[in-house]
Amino acid sequence: MSVSRSPGQLDVRPDVSTFATPLVRPAAEPYYHAVGDECEVFAAAAGSCLPVMLKGPTGCGKTRFVEHMAWRLQRPLVTVACHDDLTTADLVGRYLIVGDETVWMDGPLTAAVRAGAICYLDEIVEARKDTTVVIHPLTDSRRALPVEKRGEYVEAPPDFMLVISYNPGYQSVLKEMKPSTRQRFVALDFDYPEAAVEARIVAHEGGVDEATAQKLVKLGGLTRKLKGAGLDEGAGTRLLVHAAQLVARGMAPATACTAAIARPLADEPDTRNALDDLISAVF
Amino acid sequence: MSGRKLFAHELEARLDQLLLLSLRQRSPKEPAARLEVLPRAMQERVLHWVAVAAQGSNDLGWLLASLAAEHAAGLGAQLGAQLDDWARAGLEAYDHGGLDAARNVLGEYAAAHENRSPRSREAVSFAAMEGRLSCFLQALDGRPLKLASGARAWTDSETLWLPERLDVAPDAAGNCRLYKLMAAMLWAQARFGSFNTDPEPELELWPDRERALDWFAVFEAMRLEACIAVDLPGLAREIAVLRGPWPEALEAAAARLGQPGASAADSLACMAELRKVGAGETPVLPHVGAMDPLAARRVRAARIARDTAVLRRALKVLAALDSKSGAQGDSQYAPLAAEGDFQIGDPQADLVVLPPDAREAAKSLQQDLGEVPRAALHPAGPGTWQPVAGGGEEPVVADSAARPDALYDEWDYRRGAMRRGWCHLYESEGQAGEQEWVDAVRLRHAHLIRSIRRRFESLRGEDKPQRRQFDGEEIDLDAQVDARADRKSGGEPSPRLFIHRRRIERSLAVMFMVDMSGSTKGWVNDAERESLVLLCEAIEALGDSYAIYGFSGWTRTRCDIYRIKRFGDRYDAGTRSRIAGIEARDYTRMGGAVRHLSGLLHKQNARHKLLVTLSDGRPDDHGDEYRGRYGIEDTRRALLEAREKGIRSYCVTIDRHGADYLPQLYGPAHYSVIDDAKKLPQKIAEIYRKLTG
Ligand SMILES: Nc1ncnc2c1ncn2[C@@H]1O[C@H](COP(=O)(O)OP(=O)(O)O)[C@@H](O)[C@H]1O
Ligand SMILES: [Mg+2]
Repeated sequence: MSVSRSPGQLDVRPDVSTFATPLVRPAAEPYYHAVGDECEVFAAAAGSCLPVMLKGPTGCGKTRFVEHMAWRLQRPLVTVACHDDLTTADLVGRYLIVGDETVWMDGPLTAAVRAGAICYLDEIVEARKDTTVVIHPLTDSRRALPVEKRGEYVEAPPDFMLVISYNPGYQSVLKEMKPSTRQRFVALDFDYPEAAVEARIVAHEGGVDEATAQKLVKLGGLTRKLKGAGLDEGAGTRLLVHAAQLVARGMAPATACTAAIARPLADEPDTRNALDDLISAVF
Repeated sequence: MSGRKLFAHELEARLDQLLLLSLRQRSPKEPAARLEVLPRAMQERVLHWVAVAAQGSNDLGWLLASLAAEHAAGLGAQLGAQLDDWARAGLEAYDHGGLDAARNVLGEYAAAHENRSPRSREAVSFAAMEGRLSCFLQALDGRPLKLASGARAWTDSETLWLPERLDVAPDAAGNCRLYKLMAAMLWAQARFGSFNTDPEPELELWPDRERALDWFAVFEAMRLEACIAVDLPGLAREIAVLRGPWPEALEAAAARLGQPGASAADSLACMAELRKVGAGETPVLPHVGAMDPLAARRVRAARIARDTAVLRRALKVLAALDSKSGAQGDSQYAPLAAEGDFQIGDPQADLVVLPPDAREAAKSLQQDLGEVPRAALHPAGPGTWQPVAGGGEEPVVADSAARPDALYDEWDYRRGAMRRGWCHLYESEGQAGEQEWVDAVRLRHAHLIRSIRRRFESLRGEDKPQRRQFDGEEIDLDAQVDARADRKSGGEPSPRLFIHRRRIERSLAVMFMVDMSGSTKGWVNDAERESLVLLCEAIEALGDSYAIYGFSGWTRTRCDIYRIKRFGDRYDAGTRSRIAGIEARDYTRMGGAVRHLSGLLHKQNARHKLLVTLSDGRPDDHGDEYRGRYGIEDTRRALLEAREKGIRSYCVTIDRHGADYLPQLYGPAHYSVIDDAKKLPQKIAEIYRKLTG
C-alpha cells in the first residue's frame, strides 16, 4: 500500500505536511473474499452517492472490505478510528500556529470531501454524540460539509463517499446509534463467513495450509458458541488470522492459539481454562 | 482479612450471635476453643460458612461449626479453598438430603482429607471444575447438556453426572484432565447416538447385566473415540494416551468400531461376538463412565415426543400463516431465522423459517434419530399431544377482597392478539429482613466493594476534564492556541478557554427487576440478594438513578410486585433490610411485571432507561399455559413494548440451561448467563459497568 497526496487538491505547506491527512491508494488489490452481494451493493451505493453503514462483530472483514472497494472504485481512502475524545475539530480541521502565522489544516473528513475520497469512520458509536452530528449534512441531499471556522461550505464531489462501521453486539446502552443517524445509510450486514470460506481466508491471510486453517476455523466456531456465556464475543476472523500468522512462523498451533485467541478473549480463569481445553481438543 | 486472630471468648460471642445458641441450650465453648488455633482469615471463613449455613437452618449452622472445630487442624490450616469445598459439599448435601446427609458428607469429606496420602492431596473437586467444564461443553456441538455431580460418571443424554472428587491421577493437572475426558466421553454418548439403538435384546442374553453394561461402555468408548477424532483430534489423542493401547484381543473390535459409519448397533454386534466366546473382565478405563441405557432411552423417548410436538406445532402455525397471508417473510421470526446453523438432511424450505425453539427441536431430533422423521414434518392437527398439560379454567388464586392495583393486557401468540386486562397486578412494599444479613454481606465482600467503588468512582466521569469551557480550574492550551490562531487569521476567537473538571451527567435510570419465584429458593436467592447489595454499593458510587422491585406470581389473577427501592428512595437501612427480606415465593409470570415496571421506569426523567432482570430461568406460571411458548411470547412482547418506550432491556440469568430462549427475548447481545449462582455477586458489578460504560 502506498501513500500519496493528490497535488492540486490538497496544497499543504511542507513545514506542516506531517499533520496532513494521508489519502491511501492501495497499490495492489487488497484481498477480499466476498461473502454475498456486498460488493455489488456497495458499488451501487457509491454510484448513487449514498452513504453506507457496515454492521457486524469485530474482526469479520469490514475494514478490509472498504479497502478493497476503494481499490475497485479507484478512489483514495481516509480511515478514522473513532474514540470518545474525538472532537468535531479532529474531523473537520483547525488552525495551527506556525512561527507567527496561522495555518489552516483540514481534518480527515474535510480532506476526504475535497479529494473525493472514501471516508471510513470506524466504530462510529465510540465517538461523542455531538461529533457524530457533523456528518449529517454530508449524508443527506445537501452533501456538503460546513467548515464554520473558515466560514466555508465544502460541497462534496460525486466521488466522495461516507462509510461508517458499527458493532451491534456492543453491550452499552449509552452507545447506541440514534435513529436519526442510522436512517441516513444504506446498511450491509457482516458476519463471520461460513466455515469453508473462512478457512480459505485464514489460509490466504495467515499463510498456512488448508488443514491448519480449517482447524483454526473450527476453533473459532466453538468460541462463538460461548458468546453470552463467558465471552462477550467469540473469536473474529482477525484473531484466527493472527494465530495462523504465528503458526506460519513456526510456532506450535496450540501455543499460537493460546496467545492469539484465548488470551485476548478472556480474563476469567474458568473461561480461560475452558478455551485452553478447546484448543487442545481441536489440535 | 487482617488483624490478630480471634480469641475463644470472641469466637463464642460471634457463634452465639450467628446461631442464637443461648436460646437453644447449646454452648459454643468447645467449638470456640478449638477454632482458636486457626489463623484469623480461616476463622473468618469458618464464621462465614456458619453464617451461610445458618440461613438454611440453625441446626445446619451448628453442625458446620462443631465439625469445622473438630477438624480444624486437619482442614483449615492448609488451604482456604479446601474449607470452602468442604462447606459447600455439606450445604449441597443439606439441600438434597437434609441434616443427616450433610452430617455424612461433611464427616466423610473431612475424614478423607485428614489422612490423606501425599498422592491424594492433589485431588480435584467437581466444584472446582464445574465452571470450566460447563464452559467447555457449551462450546461443543450438539444439544446443550446439564452438568451435575453424583456418585458415578454417567449420562441420561440430557445431564452429565460426574464424581464429586477425583484423586486417581498423581497430580492435580491429571485429575483435571480426567474430569475433562470423562465429560467429553459422556458428551460423545449423547452427541453420537449411544442410545439410539435399543441394547436390551443383547443385554438380556448376558447372565450378568452389570458386566454386559460395562462391555457396552467399553465398545462404545472405542467407537466414540473415533467420532471425537474427526473434529477434535487433540481430544482424541489425549484420550488415547490416557487409556494406553487396547489389549490385543480387542484390537480388531477397536478397528471395526473406528470405521466412519459405525453406530451403537456395531458395538452391540461386537458384544454378541464376545458373548459367544465368553467375556472376561473389562479393561480398566478411568475415563469411561457407567451406562444406564434404560434411563437414557426413557429420557430420549420423552424428548423425541416433545421435539416432534414442538416441530409439528410450529409447522402448523407456518402453514396457517401461509394460507392466510401468503406472505412468509413477514413472520415475527424473520430476524431470528437468519442466525444459527440449521442443517437438515432433507432441506425443506419451511424448516429454515422455523422459530428458534422448533429449529432446536429439529436439530435435537436429528441428533436422536439421525434424521428428522417424516411424521414430525406434518403440521399438527387438532388435539395432538401437548407437552404441557393445559386445558380447563385455571384456578383463581386471588383473595376476592383485594382489588388489583393495575390490570395488564397479555399477549396470546396463538390468537395473535392481546387478552385485555388479563393480568391482575398487586404492588406492595417488600417485607423487611434482617439488617444484619446485609452487614454480613458487606463485611464479607468488603474487599470487593472497595475495589468496585474505586473503579466506579473513576467511571463516574468526575475526573474527566471538560474541555473548552467558559470557566474552569485549568487553562485549555488547545483552546488557547485555536483562539490565538483565530485572532491572527481575523476570526472571532472563542472565549471558551478553560478546562473544567465536572461530573458528567450520565442521565441514566435503571430498574432492577428481581425474580422472586419459588425456583430461586436457596443459592439463587442468596446470590440475587448479595448481588443487589454489591450493585447498590457500585451504583451509589456512580450516582445513577436506580430502583429495585421484586416480582412473583400465582396465575394471572395474582401477580405481585414488591417494592424494594423506589427511584426516590435512598440506599438506607430500610432499603437494605428490604433487600435482605427478598425471598423465594411463587411463580414467574413475567409479562405483567415487565409492563408494570417499564411503566414506572418510563416516568423517569433520564435520557437512557434500562430494565435489568435478575432471574434464574424462563417465564413460568402455575399449571397454565404460561409455562411454555406462551410465557416466552408474552414476555417478548412486553419487552418489545418497553423498547418502543425507549427502554432497553438486559437480562442476567443464573441458569445457562434455560438460556436458549434468551436471544429471542432480549436480542443477541443483551443478556449474560452466569452458570454458577455463587459467582453472580463477583460478576454483577462488572456486567453493570460494561452495560453502562
Ligand atoms: N471476507 C474477507 N476477505 C478477506 N479477508 C478477511 C475477510 N474477512 C476477514 N478477513 C481477515 O480478517 C482481518 C480482520 O478484518 P477487519 O476488516 O480488520 O475486521 P473489522 O474491520 O470487521 O473489525 C482482515 O485483516 C483479514 O485478514
Ligand atoms: Mg475494523
